Amino acid sequence: MAEPAIKRSDESNKIVDEGIDKGIARLTPKKIEQVINKVLAAETGARLKTYVGTCVHCGLCSEACHYYLSHDNDPKFSPAGKVKQTIWEILKKKGKVDQKFIRDASRIAYTECNLCRRCAMYCPFGIDIAYLISIVRRLCHMLGVTPLYQQDTAHSHSATLNQMWVKEDEWTDSLFWQEEEAQDEIPDLRIPVEKEGAEIFYSVIAPEPKFRAQLIYQAAVIMNVAGVDFTMPATPGWDNSDLCMFTGDYEVMGRLKKAHFETAMRLKVKRIVMGECGHAFRSVYDVGNRWLAWKMPPIPVTHAVEFYYELLKEGRIKIAEKYDKPVTFQDPCNIVRGRGLHDKARYVVDALCEEFIEMHPNREHNYCCCAGGGVINAGPPYKMKRIEGNKIKAEQLFAAKTRGAKVVIAPCHNCHGGLEDIIHHFGLDMELHFLGDIIYKIMEKPV
Amino acid sequence: MHNIGTWDWETGKRLIADTGKWKDMFDWVEEPYVSPDGERIVAVVKTGEMEYSVCENDTPWESTFDKVWYLRFGPDNRLTALVSSTGAWTVAVDGAAWENTFDFVWNTKFGADGKNITVAAQKDMEYFAVTNDIPWETRFSALSNLTISHDGKRVAGVAPTVKIKQGDIFIFQEGCYSAVVDGKPWDVNFVNVWDLAFSHDGEHVAAEVRTSLYDYTIAVDGVLWDKIYTSVWMPQFSPSNGSVTAPVRIAGKWTLAQDGKLFWDRSFAQLWHHMYSPDGKKIAAVVAPKYGRWTIAVNGIPWSLTFGDLVTDAVFSPDGNRVACIGKEGGKWTIAVDGKAWGEKYDMVWQPVFSPDSKKVAAKAEKNGRYTIVIDGKPIKESYEALWNPVFSPDSEKILIKGIEGNPDGGKYFRQVLPLTDVTG
Repeated sequence: MAEPAIKRSDESNKIVDEGIDKGIARLTPKKIEQVINKVLAAETGARLKTYVGTCVHCGLCSEACHYYLSHDNDPKFSPAGKVKQTIWEILKKKGKVDQKFIRDASRIAYTECNLCRRCAMYCPFGIDIAYLISIVRRLCHMLGVTPLYQQDTAHSHSATLNQMWVKEDEWTDSLFWQEEEAQDEIPDLRIPVEKEGAEIFYSVIAPEPKFRAQLIYQAAVIMNVAGVDFTMPATPGWDNSDLCMFTGDYEVMGRLKKAHFETAMRLKVKRIVMGECGHAFRSVYDVGNRWLAWKMPPIPVTHAVEFYYELLKEGRIKIAEKYDKPVTFQDPCNIVRGRGLHDKARYVVDALCEEFIEMHPNREHNYCCCAGGGVINAGPPYKMKRIEGNKIKAEQLFAAKTRGAKVVIAPCHNCHGGLEDIIHHFGLDMELHFLGDIIYKIMEKPV
Repeated sequence: MHNIGTWDWETGKRLIADTGKWKDMFDWVEEPYVSPDGERIVAVVKTGEMEYSVCENDTPWESTFDKVWYLRFGPDNRLTALVSSTGAWTVAVDGAAWENTFDFVWNTKFGADGKNITVAAQKDMEYFAVTNDIPWETRFSALSNLTISHDGKRVAGVAPTVKIKQGDIFIFQEGCYSAVVDGKPWDVNFVNVWDLAFSHDGEHVAAEVRTSLYDYTIAVDGVLWDKIYTSVWMPQFSPSNGSVTAPVRIAGKWTLAQDGKLFWDRSFAQLWHHMYSPDGKKIAAVVAPKYGRWTIAVNGIPWSLTFGDLVTDAVFSPDGNRVACIGKEGGKWTIAVDGKAWGEKYDMVWQPVFSPDSKKVAAKAEKNGRYTIVIDGKPIKESYEALWNPVFSPDSEKILIKGIEGNPDGGKYFRQVLPLTDVTG
């Protein structure tokens, strides 16, 4: 087998994004300075000061970043380099930066950093560089300079409380549709809608009803076979995703999380189990809840990986025959670095699959998929830039493939989207699945 | 609940239905619902191949449908269901379907006396509300935040009023949404409109709005407060003077504003779900006096009791002098009344209920998979496999308990009226 082909697009630096360009056109240096200083004064404090004051510019974070590694160690793509080009300069100049600077800062913050937090582990002081880049995103949001596709997603969140403009009837109708489809396979299968007092509220992200309805079908089969007492709401609040967290629109982020948790409270469930999504977990478990003053999620949240672990460990689902293709596993940043689910994920993979081949590095040291942090939501203009910004992931997958892996398991929607593009672009010829795909395929089901 | 004085308040226990037998009668039985007066227990059941109906007190409706969901009793004890026949959706009230059919219906709402029933509807990809089988004449490309007036005669929602394509972010930011009242949009558009509230006479509507990506305020009948905030939550009308109050966020903290002016003199890490006492003299709200601690503030003064996980479902006593709520700490749920928590902790509790004389508080609670009623912190002796919220008699001397008992009476649904002296000593 040959090395993965390196295809580099020269177009990546000539991207036209109307969201950014029109936003920039509305700015003046005076407005930029005013907005920056207002936000920094009102929303930052000791944390920012400590991080900025502690960094010794050692550059040890560089090797942690997939963009840096994928761009031949170009220091512009190192985490410290991205901070230097954005928030350091903003602080040094006390907000006196021009439109071109903000255009570059927006590009860097929204499309050259996935907020994956791998670099924080390599910083000798543990500086959370993603936090620094998030401040840049917040500033760009407040200045109205966000990539168009991301901003449209944020608008959808604000208008519908879901990320894909799914209307209230379309959501519930999708559940009925998937229930009916699944009844062809299991006649007494039910997706209980609005069942107050159920043990679990099963929550998903909007791409599931919109594009990947089979995931709702599969989840329903798993829930029914395992005898799980679950429900799904018929009201806004069903979507756990949150691109506003990534555009920097924290006010709408809070609105989304309020709706989500209050839906759980209204349904009187004991906990929320969420599908295979990483960024949504970050929003409900860490960022969105805390913006609202909930220190922890007011209703406990269990990610699908942990839920599958429970179901397998307790014997509530049984495997008819193990999955026979050799698999490797993509550790999603937000549930591994953000929650430590790597060992439970491996328990699940081992329980499901005949042969598991680790990719290296792995667990909390795994490379980001380069789709998360809202980067894939920046849309088609940035697709090639995103793919080329993760050549290192292609090499990592290729290495796993050379050791026999034929299938990549990615229990995260963003990872899925990102890896799909990488596998295709670099000609890796590997299959890509969610854990739910495999569980559904090999589990014992009623005859 | 409506006309509770006309309900049967005779002390005693009556078997209403044996739901345990329903599983023998039907292939498919969903979770049961009980009428406010406790006289009826119903569930969606399957009566044939792709044929569903509602079983009520051991007898299925004569009418059958392709699909039935969202069983909801109105305050007058009438039962509504959202039903579909050959793909056409409508509302069935006590088994009788409305004449109009739609491509989908959802979100059933009732006026205070139950006479007015409203749903959201979609037909030919156009959206509107339907009240008592009469659809709005005006249609919209979407409809959300369906809200009804106290008597249910007036209906409002949020709809796009400017045609907008996905990805048209600059048109969106000019304002494409408005509140729609009885099918008529306000003559002003906003970037977003969220929760709506009717005044108590049903004449006015207030809404939380965003006028740019950054500016939030309250609009009353389409007219904006003259102050903007970094965020707002749902407004409420005062029942006594018609003023409008809303939680507003200023410099990262939340406080209560009235008609665009600061109303409470202190701020909180969070403040939401404010509500008026029935006489309008007091306002209570769920607040976080500091990050990660939750309680109730009455007229701006927080209880000293706080909970770490959450506070929710607050309710005023009928006389307006007391407040009860649900609190959760360390994963365990309880009820708090006037700043004091009940001693016992539960796996789940439901919204507390005051007696009409405001002296007693009862709540449904769950522990180890069984349900009971707790009155002033003391659980009654019996536990149930299913239970509905208790109701106090108009004279506050009795309590109506609606529950399905466990073995040896598994599945038997009883309606029981108990003198409070029997259960509380």
